[in-house]
Amino acid sequence: MRLHIDIDKDVCIGAGQCALTAPEVFTQDDDGFSTLVPGREDGGGDPLVREAARACPVGAIAVAEE
Amino acid sequence: MTDVTHLSKPVAFPQSRTCPYHPPAAYDPLRADRPLARVTLYDGRPVWLVSGHAAARSLLADPRLSSDRNRPGFPMTTARFAALRRDRRPILLGVDDPEHHVQRRMLVPSFTLKRAAELRPRIRRVVDERLDAMIEQGPPAELVGAFALPVPSMVICELLGVPYADHEFFEEQSRRLLRGRTAEEMEDARDRFMEYIEELVDRKQKERGTGVLDDLVHEQLASGALDRTEVALLALILLVAGHETTANMISLGTFTLLRHPERLAELRSDPSLVPAAVDELLRLLSIADGMLRVATEDIEVDGTVIRAGDGVVFGTSVINRDEDVYAEPDSLDWHRPARHHVAFGFGIHQCLGQNLARAELEIALPALFERLPGLRLAVPAEDIPFKDGETIQGMLELPVTW
Repeated sequence: MRLHIDIDKDVCIGAGQCALTAPEVFTQDDDGFSTLVPGREDGGGDPLVREAARACPVGAIAVAEE
Repeated sequence: MTDVTHLSKPVAFPQSRTCPYHPPAAYDPLRADRPLARVTLYDGRPVWLVSGHAAARSLLADPRLSSDRNRPGFPMTTARFAALRRDRRPILLGVDDPEHHVQRRMLVPSFTLKRAAELRPRIRRVVDERLDAMIEQGPPAELVGAFALPVPSMVICELLGVPYADHEFFEEQSRRLLRGRTAEEMEDARDRFMEYIEELVDRKQKERGTGVLDDLVHEQLASGALDRTEVALLALILLVAGHETTANMISLGTFTLLRHPERLAELRSDPSLVPAAVDELLRLLSIADGMLRVATEDIEVDGTVIRAGDGVVFGTSVINRDEDVYAEPDSLDWHRPARHHVAFGFGIHQCLGQNLARAELEIALPALFERLPGLRLAVPAEDIPFKDGETIQGMLELPVTW
């Protein structure tokens, strides 16, 4: 299933919980903010994407089905 | 306050644990009153205790709850904490957004997963050095002083750029700051600590090193984004939070594993269980058992209204044992998903150092049991002193042999 993943970088506090939960899809840039792993912008079918969004302490990640 | 007649009689908060890894039995009514219960503080003041997991996640992320401890109505859990001089503006965990967001963003690059991963080999070396020293000098050993405290203390010193040679001074001031008997003692510790760090800031202005404090001095202080006091306060918070909390998790985590020999044997036989075991220990032990906020507006939670000005306490150990989320919540079981526990908090103030803390625990705990296969308590478990309910939970001493 292809997903649309939206990260609100103004809200992100760089806790890294998305990258800890679903490291195939999320990573942290040099400033510590959440960003998508290149080539995995649609979630790459990873079942942990929604879990990663739920792990975000500030609700910065929105996941929708395309 | 609205109708609270369905709730149990208010319970005094905080109370000391009788078993160091379980909440006091007196908190049982709080576990039944979900998502909100009533507790009374040391001075008899009634406040809300958030007890339900879903409500906790929602309220910890709610901007209508303030972390500003200078705000009227902010709950104080002890007389000496309430009596502390509040002549300095709070910083980081004591302020709200947008001010908090700016401060947090300055620190985030130093506490990413990648940065924690880069520190792992260094953490492993520190752990091995401490274990080498223990093996050379023992058995027996007192594990808090020989291992649980020095490991995170050395790691945070290196990360911040604070000389570890001064560790006796700042560990003592941390202890007095967190567990001083009077407000005067806590203030004295804070003043001495600030004096020490401000002197360090001055030295770093002349000669830049490689720590987080050096970056703060040469970037945020130099640009005027922070003043000297703010830089020193941030360094103080990072230094105290960076060693006290992890030290408690190592000592209490070790004690808990030694009291669950079947679990420990399983962990030893399968190192791939370590990350899940660390999260399960974080959930079960909930060492920061009581996070404090004050409501700035009325907030409705499942038909109950928290009024503006009401004090709110998050009962971490109660929330992390919500039986709607965790089956058999009192048992140590890393096969359950412990994910989404709130041991590190939630919302904008979620622990900045959690990636570092996980790395330290994932290395220190297995290494201890691997290098000392016969590790056991040197005295009966009931005789080992642990911290009272007014502070971060952990062992005061941990006499071990092997």
